[in-house]
Amino acid sequence: MDVVLRHLSAFTDGITTTLELTALSFAGALLIGVVVAALRVSPVAALRGVGTVYVETFQNTPLLVLLVLFVFGLPEVGVIFPLFTTAVIVIALYEAAYIAEAVRSGINTVSIGQAEAARALGLTFGQSLRLVILPQALRGVVQPIGNIFIALTMNTSLAAAVGVVELTSAANRVNLLEAQPIPVFVGAGLGYMVICAVAGLLTGVIERKVAIVR
Amino acid sequence: MKSTSPSSAVLTPMVEARAINKSFGAVRVLTDVDLTVAAGEVVVLIGPSGAGKSTLCRCLNRLENVDSGVVLLDGEELPAEGRALARLRTEVGMVFQQFNLFAHKTVLQNVTLGPIRVKGLSAGDADRQARALLDRVGIADKADHYPAQLSGGQQQRAAIARALAMQPKVMLFDEPTSALDPEMVNEVLDVMVDLAREGMTMVVVTHEMGFARRAADRVVFMADGQIVEVGTPETFFTAPTTDRARDFLSKVLSH
Ligand SMILES: Nc1ncnc2c1ncn2[C@@H]1O[C@H](COP(=O)(O)OP(=O)(O)OP(=O)(O)O)[C@@H](O)[C@H]1O
Ligand SMILES: [Mg+2]
Repeated sequence: MDVVLRHLSAFTDGITTTLELTALSFAGALLIGVVVAALRVSPVAALRGVGTVYVETFQNTPLLVLLVLFVFGLPEVGVIFPLFTTAVIVIALYEAAYIAEAVRSGINTVSIGQAEAARALGLTFGQSLRLVILPQALRGVVQPIGNIFIALTMNTSLAAAVGVVELTSAANRVNLLEAQPIPVFVGAGLGYMVICAVAGLLTGVIERKVAIVR
Repeated sequence: MKSTSPSSAVLTPMVEARAINKSFGAVRVLTDVDLTVAAGEVVVLIGPSGAGKSTLCRCLNRLENVDSGVVLLDGEELPAEGRALARLRTEVGMVFQQFNLFAHKTVLQNVTLGPIRVKGLSAGDADRQARALLDRVGIADKADHYPAQLSGGQQQRAAIARALAMQPKVMLFDEPTSALDPEMVNEVLDVMVDLAREGMTMVVVTHEMGFARRAADRVVFMADGQIVEVGTPETFFTAPTTDRARDFLSKVLSH
């Protein structure tokens, strides 16, 4: 493994970029995903339609295709972002579709009586969702969202294909210099494993912490 | 029984349902139902399963939309779903068979949510009011518990406190004691009787004849989506005039 140690700064830079990419796009995905889930259960048919189209579009397109489209397409229409920013936006948009579906399944497990009690109190639909339904729905889907986080972490490696120098790309560069693919990519793989193991542990902790007393 | 001043009937009724029709798909659930409840009046809705009692109750705060007919609350027509309806709903408290307390909030938070978020009370004021209400229904010591940590009877009393916290003009109860173990029924009924004595306008779906006799001004008997008979508790239970009511009472009383 001394090939990894010799290029340690390349690896740590790569991991840092991967972590930033993961954290920022996950935050975005969570935000967009909850909004899309809310659209999908809206009483307004047009909003439900928007939510459905969103989920279908992003779930049925490969992330790599989206990355390439945005990286080359956005400048065509005059929107110029740094590569990293574009990658964050695309990954967030893509993973949001999965988060939305997880959150929606959580919403469906909250009994209809909760929503009726909220409405009967005079809460508007938005307030019922925000104050009563979503807090319960989200508590129930910590585990699936943790899994999406892990998938998202892996998916950030696709950003290498459009030129973001994250962990996979850093490993690739080291390998071009050293031609030792096995230790180099085992090293990169270990990096992803550590991130995901920590995420898995945290998921369990969060799940227990927010559990509703039943 | 409590006494209502005879003049209250000529004032604006607190709740007025006119010619309500409601179907679920092909199933006709309510047919031309008229119901007027005066301020301070307590009406018990009774009738066989599937008669439409719950549906009528839910139409009164528009949790269920009517196909035709109007519901007036203190003279004001309930609007379509939206902010205006949400505002009018604050004036109608509802208590459900399954309690429906918010599972992720403590009893106190259940009671303060509406006042803070809908009425704009400060947290401190809402808190004080909620504790007073919890004290009134006898569960002040449960304020910081979660609903699942309470017995059924305590949960239902918390649900009543939550509804009262909005200072409603009317309270609707849909079989508030049907999900309770027998030994807990009375602690809930006692709270309801007190409420009735204090002059709250109430519509109560229940088969608890004891409650009807103690607190109701009128019993409204429903069957097949229609109001079949209306009377004082005394006359309804001892001398029902329709066959449907006699038939129903003989079945209920024989149990
Ligand atoms: N959401 C619904 N969708 C379809 N049918 C419904 C719905 N709610 C009620 N019904 C039907 O409407 C009829 C009246 O129901 P409702 O619940 O009002 O009766 P109820 O008098 O309250 O009966 P119970 O004593 O069993 O509670 C029943 O036939 C019921 O199956
Ligand atoms: Mg019912």
